[in-house]
Amino acid sequence: MPVIVARGLVKKYKDTLAVDNITFSIEEGEMFGFLGPNGAGKTTTMRMIQCVSPVTSGSLEIFGMDAMSHPREIKSHLGVVPQENNLDMDFTVYENLVVFSRYFDIPRDEAERRATELLEFVHLEDKKDTMTESLSGGMKRRLILARALINRPRMLILDEPTVGLDPQARHMIWDKLRALKKQGVTVVLTSHYLDEVEKLCDRLVVMDYGKILVEGSPSQVIREYVGSGIVEAEKDPELIRCLEMKEANYEVIGELVHVYTDNPKQIAEYLTMECSISKLSARPATLEDVFLKMTGRRLRE
Amino acid sequence: MRISEYFRLPKVSSKSYAVWQRNKDVFAKDIKLNFLPPFLEPLLYLVALGFGLGRFVESIDGVPYAKFIAPALISISVMYASFFECSYGSYVRMYYQKTFDAIIATPVTIEDVIAGELLWGATRSMVNATVMIPVIALFGLIDIRYALLIIPFAFLGGLLFGAIGMCFTAVTPNIMSINYPVLLFITPMFLFSGTFFPLNALPEPIQYFAIAFLPLTHIVNGIRLIGYGTLEPVILFDLAWIVVVCAVLLLLSINLMRKRLIV
Ligand SMILES: Nc1ncnc2c1ncn2[C@@H]1O[C@H](COP(=O)(O)OP(=O)(O)OP(=O)(O)O)[C@@H](O)[C@H]1O
Ligand SMILES: [Mg+2]
Repeated sequence: MPVIVARGLVKKYKDTLAVDNITFSIEEGEMFGFLGPNGAGKTTTMRMIQCVSPVTSGSLEIFGMDAMSHPREIKSHLGVVPQENNLDMDFTVYENLVVFSRYFDIPRDEAERRATELLEFVHLEDKKDTMTESLSGGMKRRLILARALINRPRMLILDEPTVGLDPQARHMIWDKLRALKKQGVTVVLTSHYLDEVEKLCDRLVVMDYGKILVEGSPSQVIREYVGSGIVEAEKDPELIRCLEMKEANYEVIGELVHVYTDNPKQIAEYLTMECSISKLSARPATLEDVFLKMTGRRLRE
Repeated sequence: MRISEYFRLPKVSSKSYAVWQRNKDVFAKDIKLNFLPPFLEPLLYLVALGFGLGRFVESIDGVPYAKFIAPALISISVMYASFFECSYGSYVRMYYQKTFDAIIATPVTIEDVIAGELLWGATRSMVNATVMIPVIALFGLIDIRYALLIIPFAFLGGLLFGAIGMCFTAVTPNIMSINYPVLLFITPMFLFSGTFFPLNALPEPIQYFAIAFLPLTHIVNGIRLIGYGTLEPVILFDLAWIVVVCAVLLLLSINLMRKRLIV
């Protein structure tokens, strides 16, 4: 059963079209990733799902309810990790969780039990009485995750949960997300760490300029858009001629040439034997290749 | 937005109590520091103005000067407490601390958040008045028969000034700009609302202006009548003015904040 169904979803700020007619659905228990360059419209989409930003047009149903008309019911089943940290800096770590639980009408003793449990879950027991200002970036992110879980949500919305974290902290967060998914929680996230998304998400979309360009499971989209392998070689007129002759699917990227293929070994052999190109390497294609191929390599402002 | 939309009834729920509680908990953390100003300020003013300056002032309408300004001191504290709480205080929570963003990701709506903030502002006014009453009563400057009536009156006045502060929070481009309403509105009110000299010392047009447009005039008048123990029917006029203006500004402030924050 889908927990989110978006049809022709549009979001317009004054004069920016941030989300441009997107349609997608997310199944219960899935881990679903939104990828895309800066400004693609990921956060805007997350904020509409969280019912904090009104939908301009199209329909958005969450748990079978309309996002615009049932925000309270929907939000009571959501856990949210926003892109920007917004812990309550007037309170300690523990108080942050207890104060937050009141917004969900969780009774005091139950809230205290959950707060203790969640601090253990994200390994912050030792920081219980610290003011949030003096936490490190990684600790803040973990506390926000704990806070998002205080209402035992059916679905977690995470906007770049691992931004700015060291590899250890990142692994820990992903580990926790996997554990939550096992418990049946639907996880919707955005991230710029494509290798992680590739490993963890069941399905993903790549957005750019407010539109969905690519949709599917990681392996599916890699196969569909770049093939299973890539041969990388230095740019060279002879190489280009060879590739043209072979009608290979290739792309010139600065001083590099990427050849997209399902059979990298064969292409590599062909290039070495018949075109005497020696400097090349064959590797499996990754989500990053899909991402760059589909959204281009130009920097976004 | 059409004009009528600025005054439509917002859907506020009991969840605003959780927002009120949040602010109360922060307040309680520094309770000693927070109680000091309402305790100390009337003492300082009473000594300097009431008993110092007051020796050179003849009684006003047959009332000693210290007794004349005592209700004004409470009124001014009512004004400052909720105005500052709902202007600078709310702005910091909204803009710098992102507290509102965090709260509206829960079943609490933005209308609940603002209502909670306004109720908290009014509570601060009420707390200040409550602390000041015994201090002033100790000097025998207040009729203690009706003194408890000042407390709900202070809450109502607090709501009014909280709503005024919140309207400015909703439209100010940055925190520095809140200085304008303070300088052009709050400070003149502090001086020209019948606080330290009676309104009828001013030219008549200014008197009418004060009665029509300066909220503090009505708070001072009301608290003064209660404080003197002379509850005349004219207090109903002040009360009515406050209730009507307060209701209008509460609606306006919540709708303006909604417009600012929901994009
Ligand atoms: N509150 C706002 N008012 C006006 N425009 C906005 C607002 N929020 C976002 N935008 C614009 O909408 C577009 C999409 O922004 P959004 O934050 O959704 O991107 P994103 O995919 O989350 O990017 P990033 O990876 O940098 O977080 C951008 O052009 C942005 O400038
Ligand atoms: Mg974003």
